[in-house]
Amino acid sequence: MEIAFYLSGLVAVLATVGVITGTSPVHAVVYLIVSLIAVAMVFFALGAPFAGALEIIVYAGAIMVLFVFVVMMLNLRPDAERELTWTHPRHWLGPSLLALVLLGALLALLRQGGVSEVIDGELLTARAVGLTLFGPWLMVVELAAILLLAALVTASHVGRRSNPLNRKMTGNRKRGGTP
Amino acid sequence: MNGIPMEHGLILASILFSLGLAGLMLRRSMLFVLMSLEVMLNSAALAFVVGATAWSQPDGQAMFLLVITLAAAEASVGLALMIQLYQRYRSLDLDAASRMRG
Repeated sequence: MEIAFYLSGLVAVLATVGVITGTSPVHAVVYLIVSLIAVAMVFFALGAPFAGALEIIVYAGAIMVLFVFVVMMLNLRPDAERELTWTHPRHWLGPSLLALVLLGALLALLRQGGVSEVIDGELLTARAVGLTLFGPWLMVVELAAILLLAALVTASHVGRRSNPLNRKMTGNRKRGGTP
Repeated sequence: MNGIPMEHGLILASILFSLGLAGLMLRRSMLFVLMSLEVMLNSAALAFVVGATAWSQPDGQAMFLLVITLAAAEASVGLALMIQLYQRYRSLDLDAASRMRG
């Protein structure tokens, strides 16, 4: 269990580094899928099989398929001119330093907090999670449903091909016709 | 050794969060910005699950479900915005859409 935790944690960190430093969009998406599956393995190693299965099904299975479809649809190429500016440390030194400072602060807080619990792989089953969700958390579940409905409406409105705003900007199309 | 200290799980979550934040500040392509946001949400979800298993309470995993819901909503709206950006400017560069000089 411990070896699975540390190995998948290492894989998750390395794959995430691959995501943020990659130049090809498809390669970055595949690295992100690897990172998510590694985090799901971390969940299995911690003793949360329900969360791990959900991570694979929803994150790696649904959200990342959305990313892959959009990348395929837009037919993106690696941005080569951006890649040239990467050799200059002026472009990546500031953000990396800021993130490192934040990481240092987080680690110092964790050390100061003195959390001494040890995870011994005791399973938390889907039954307990479901009883919590549909017992005291029922209102939160309905709020999540409303959030998903709002996201559905927003995505289908914004993602239309002939947006009225778009037509006004390009200007030279015929004005009156409704699609 | 038996058992994973809870600190190690939280350290992994904070490393992933910092990596996502660095990617968010580093990249100008909207696809990479959205993927960095996914990484950051995922690390927050990891912290919730670590807390849930450390204290053997199911509330953390219920919160994990809500984080996944939020990530799905954010990804769908963000990708729709990305398609609009590409249709208008023929590029995913976020600097192309800086007419407001923000």
